[in-house]
Amino acid sequence: MGRTLLTGNEAVARGAYEAGVTYAAAYPGTPSTEIMENIAMYKGDILAEWAPNEKVALECVIGASLAGARVMATMKMVGVNVAADPLFCAAYAGVNGGLVLVSADDPGLHSSQNEQDNRYYAKFAKIAMVEPSDSQEAKDMVLAALEISEEYDMPVLFRMTTRVCHGKSLVETSERRQVEPKPYVKNLQKYDLIPAVSRKLRVGLEEKLKQLEEFSNNTNLNFIEWKDKRIGVISSGVAYQYAREVFGDQASYLKLGFTNPLPLDKIKAFAKEVGTLYVVEELEPFIEEQIKAAGIACLGKEKIPNIGELAPAIVAKALRGEKRSTIDYDQASIPNRPPTLCAGCPHRGFFYELSKLKNIMVTGDIGCYGLGGSDPLNAKDTSYDMGASISMGYGAQRVFERSSSNLRTISTIGDSTFFHTGINSLLHVIYNGGKTITCILDNRITGMTGHQENPGSGFTLQGVPTKIVDIGELVRVLGINHVRTVNPLKLNEVREAFTWALELDEASVIITRWPCVLKKLSSDDRKEFGDYLGKCAVAEEVCIGCKMCIKTGCPALRFNKEIKKVKIDETQCAGCEVCLQVCPVKAIRKVGE
Amino acid sequence: MPDVKNILLVGVGGQGTILVGKILSNGLMSAGFDVKMSEVHGMAQRGGSVSNQVRYGKKVFSPIIDKGQADILVSFETMEALRWLEYLSPKGKAVVNDYRIPSAPILTGKSDYPEGILAVIKSKVATTVIKAAEIAQNIGNPRTMNIVLFGALVRGMELTDIEWEKVIAGIVKAGTAEINIEAFRAGMKAGEI
Ligand SMILES: Cc1ncc(C[n+]2csc(CCOP(=O)(O)OP(=O)(O)O)c2C)c(N)n1
Repeated sequence: MGRTLLTGNEAVARGAYEAGVTYAAAYPGTPSTEIMENIAMYKGDILAEWAPNEKVALECVIGASLAGARVMATMKMVGVNVAADPLFCAAYAGVNGGLVLVSADDPGLHSSQNEQDNRYYAKFAKIAMVEPSDSQEAKDMVLAALEISEEYDMPVLFRMTTRVCHGKSLVETSERRQVEPKPYVKNLQKYDLIPAVSRKLRVGLEEKLKQLEEFSNNTNLNFIEWKDKRIGVISSGVAYQYAREVFGDQASYLKLGFTNPLPLDKIKAFAKEVGTLYVVEELEPFIEEQIKAAGIACLGKEKIPNIGELAPAIVAKALRGEKRSTIDYDQASIPNRPPTLCAGCPHRGFFYELSKLKNIMVTGDIGCYGLGGSDPLNAKDTSYDMGASISMGYGAQRVFERSSSNLRTISTIGDSTFFHTGINSLLHVIYNGGKTITCILDNRITGMTGHQENPGSGFTLQGVPTKIVDIGELVRVLGINHVRTVNPLKLNEVREAFTWALELDEASVIITRWPCVLKKLSSDDRKEFGDYLGKCAVAEEVCIGCKMCIKTGCPALRFNKEIKKVKIDETQCAGCEVCLQVCPVKAIRKVGE
Repeated sequence: MPDVKNILLVGVGGQGTILVGKILSNGLMSAGFDVKMSEVHGMAQRGGSVSNQVRYGKKVFSPIIDKGQADILVSFETMEALRWLEYLSPKGKAVVNDYRIPSAPILTGKSDYPEGILAVIKSKVATTVIKAAEIAQNIGNPRTMNIVLFGALVRGMELTDIEWEKVIAGIVKAGTAEINIEAFRAGMKAGEI
């Protein structure tokens, strides 16, 4: 078929289609999200689903593999932490239909809370791993990984990074191969991981890894490009592209596409032939440590940083002492451009009121609402991993109580994040008699990652209308006696809810319910929320320049220093009326309704 | 890699840099070049600074452009041109949209929008300043601002041999081909200076 320009994520989706995958599941997370969104487009051929979290996604996929299908799970790297439990089991049990787990790492932390190098998961869980370095490889390696998975009876970790996921390059596509599902065979000695069984499987796993090392030495996923032998470069993933860019024909390359287990014989043979041996890796010295442990001399992290994203310039400077000339100018004076809550974002009203409360610790969570912790709202004390707002808030509250502190904790969590792992944490609060205040910010969609459906939004990934989880009902059934749902754009409703909750001596839940301003409203949404009407405008003669409205952090509002008045950009204003409620002199009015 | 050319598009989330990157890379591909493109999604969408990097030539390895390496920097917003200027080669060209989008610290009055940016850039590299918003407005659709800038880019990179109008028509939303092509032509013209 033809050549097209695809992102790595699109290419993986294409690869899944071509390789005969029939079931796939994921939880969104940058930079992995578009893989499953693209798989979802192959509607008749692949059942693609959003799971509430990564553990569930991987378990669904494992079940589907046992039932005989070729399957794929995709997630961002921290998602693998959530899915680690089933992953380690799957390593022991192996597969029936081929199973690929895509981990999309984020060197440079473009949109993540840490910079973990998930290649260590392959070694830790003792499973095979492939690492594509561009879109063509991303597509081709899906088939290769599924075949390895079936041949060696184990899940395969498919490790990508931001630049591979979101970089576009040319891809030669082909037709889909129809792969008949394998028959399911009940086999307790394989799938019933009780200690007696796992002890045996553990032995078998080591055996498989030995065979895989042999495979690794022979597969052309690990290939040598002989050029100038004075320098040898061993590299994988996008780092290979950078090394290739920097050294051109002035080095020979051992390009590793299959990186667990490493092809140590091939590496030894390569090392023997070259002068200086460099290992060029992004993030941790995963390959380098193993090469050094095998007694092969090489240079790597002595020169190349393990922090942050790699780039050709970094490699060139570290290994060749080259520095490109750049334009010299004063950069310090450029104001930064941090992301902000959008104009009309329903989180704004909630955080505006939250920011006014005293004697509270706000345990935050991950999502757009995390921006409620930035200037000028500043209503956040913590942000760790998904779901942590509720449990961390609970733990802190317990200590405040025991030390007679009058601090109260308020947890803020988005709808998708609540479904992800917040429910478990709330269960802990209820079970242990906590009295934290949990605010579930239900903007009717998974916002931060670009509007994915979730269990509360009414549709599946492939657009099938489905049950809508009623968050209020859910938390009541769990055991929360005090539940209030408010419109976060109505500041008095939010304020009253806080007063109410702070007076209670039991756990409470406040649900803010209003759709994301960027959401494509469903017909149900439209019925419930209607459309925003009109825009807000400042009557200049009334404005006293007090900047109260500016404290809402709305990007449509601008303070003009010369005339000391606020102006609202009508192209940006969504007419949410939060600023209007804040203005002490009623200078802001609704126009065009 | 002297035969590889580097185009850096920068702006603010929502300004349409991604569409321009798509048109550009598709056209370059149809002209027989190896093409790689890189963009970062995620947090950047929420009004942050965004970049789109396109590299093309006979064979391209790295998908990203290094500091000092871009042959052309096309900035959809004025201040962003300054932020990304270190990526431009001292021998490169800057195409800067004379169009300001104040960022959060400016909106709240904590910082001021820097003055004299265009003069600074002009003093450092060959620079074309474009009033793309005005041009798009005159054509009759302010949303074609990105395509105006694309026209200036094509002129700046002397990529005029590619059948861009066909590429544009194949990519933009149905019914908007004509006005986008008009914007493209206007941008080419504005980029001549
Ligand atoms: C374990 C894990 N999986 C995925 C992500 C990526 N991620 C960050 S925020 C988010 C969605 C947040 O959605 P929601 O809670 O509905 O809040 P909103 O952005 O809509 O305000 C996701 C999927 C992550 N950080 N960690």
